[in-house]
Amino acid sequence: MTRFNFVNLFAKSLNAHKDWPEQWPDAAPKAAYDAIIVGGGGHGLAAAYYLAKKYGIRNVAVLEKGWIGGGNTGRNTTIIRSNYLYDESAFLYDHAVKLWDGLSKELNYNIMYSKRGVMMLAHNVHDVQSIKRHIHANRLNGVDNEWLSPAEAKAYCPPLSIDPGARHPVLGAALQRRGGTARHDSVAWGYARGAAALGVDIIQNCAVTAINRGADGAVTGVETTRGPIRSKRIGVSAAGNSSVLMQMAGLSFPLESYPLQALVSEPVKPIFPCVVMSNTVHAYMSQSDKGELVIGAGTDQYVSYSQRGALHIIEHTLAAINEIFPIFSRMRMLRTWGGIVDVTPDRSPIIGKTPVPGLYVNCGWGTGGFKATPGAGDLLAHTMAMDEPHRINAAYNLDRFRNGRLIDEAAAAAVAH
Amino acid sequence: MILIHCPYCDETRPEIEFANAGEAHIARPEDPSTFDDSQWEGFLFIRSNPRGRHHERWRHIHGCGRFFNAIRDTVTDKFETTYKAGEPRR
Repeated sequence: MTRFNFVNLFAKSLNAHKDWPEQWPDAAPKAAYDAIIVGGGGHGLAAAYYLAKKYGIRNVAVLEKGWIGGGNTGRNTTIIRSNYLYDESAFLYDHAVKLWDGLSKELNYNIMYSKRGVMMLAHNVHDVQSIKRHIHANRLNGVDNEWLSPAEAKAYCPPLSIDPGARHPVLGAALQRRGGTARHDSVAWGYARGAAALGVDIIQNCAVTAINRGADGAVTGVETTRGPIRSKRIGVSAAGNSSVLMQMAGLSFPLESYPLQALVSEPVKPIFPCVVMSNTVHAYMSQSDKGELVIGAGTDQYVSYSQRGALHIIEHTLAAINEIFPIFSRMRMLRTWGGIVDVTPDRSPIIGKTPVPGLYVNCGWGTGGFKATPGAGDLLAHTMAMDEPHRINAAYNLDRFRNGRLIDEAAAAAVAH
Repeated sequence: MILIHCPYCDETRPEIEFANAGEAHIARPEDPSTFDDSQWEGFLFIRSNPRGRHHERWRHIHGCGRFFNAIRDTVTDKFETTYKAGEPRR
């Protein structure tokens, strides 16, 4: 595996950096594996890494229909936070934040986790009460979160307008200081390199076309565009296409797939020091290390797999951004794109076993899966290795849509999250 | 932005005049008291979410205000047809 240390950098510079080898091998599929992960995004690669690292299952294949990190892993707004209301959510997302903390060192790969703070704005009395409730709930669960006055919010994020005459005045804000951003491509590449070093085969351009089951109903392998592969353990971590894969095993899932858009501005000098979110005007923004303002838009209203969204969604988002940051009203936007997100009825994910023996799933992350990448991978690996969920993801089962024990972050956040 | 044909107004109008109302032809239970938990799960939460032909409901909120059904390909977002509520599934 390629190591990016000073000696290597110097040696390669002598040949103008022309002979760097690949960071991990582009594997061809073998006939059988101990475990298969379907989906080579951050979540799937993390699951493969932890299966090999923590549970000693190294004969693993990651099957990716496109290229590594080309799906939602490369299409999100890279925000990390864990300030969720419900206990189950706080434990789940904070598990991921704890793993983010040491991840660059763990993978020996700079994922650029920057704890620049995530600030959520309150614009009306309801927001103030709801955000303060979130802060108290978070602190009881050991998740850092604090209340800022408008002046303190302005001091933390100078471009913010706290004009009391604004249509949506800032009455205060919640700040999670451990929240922030990471470089999403590095996360996928770091996990891929780490997993490959432990023996995992990372197979690109390999779409799964069928899931095979034996006479007892248990999975026996998959059919792919690169031939059949046998395995008695299959983990599906395929975001927007999860329900399509589940159909291949005869399962109907409570999922709908929507396009979610994001956009970046032209790059400018550092001006925006943190992440700011506003649920009321529905806008959130941060600045990348390249200098682009990274802005998240909403989902389209209809089910689609098109990986693009409508322009009026972008217009709506930029109107909201201009409302709270008038300073950016003349900024030009550089690129927009869309990814397909799989949304559950309660806006919480499904991580665990399925009614089909040997088939495991990590899906339903909706509009907020990036922040959970290390945690989701770790929990899927645990569930696959032990054939039972970890206590953190036990509540995130499929049965909750039948017995009614929903984890209703849709109602708690009242916004895409 | 997609263009949608309202079968009541008989006009093709931009998407912002319409509200999507989810998958079509999901019938309310005839006799709810006999429904068990699995049947409620199916009615409330399970959706076909196909990659391809999707039957869905739209409402012309900034027009006639009426609900109608449509068939749209979810990969290309192209409409195959729209038809009035109450007409049989196509």
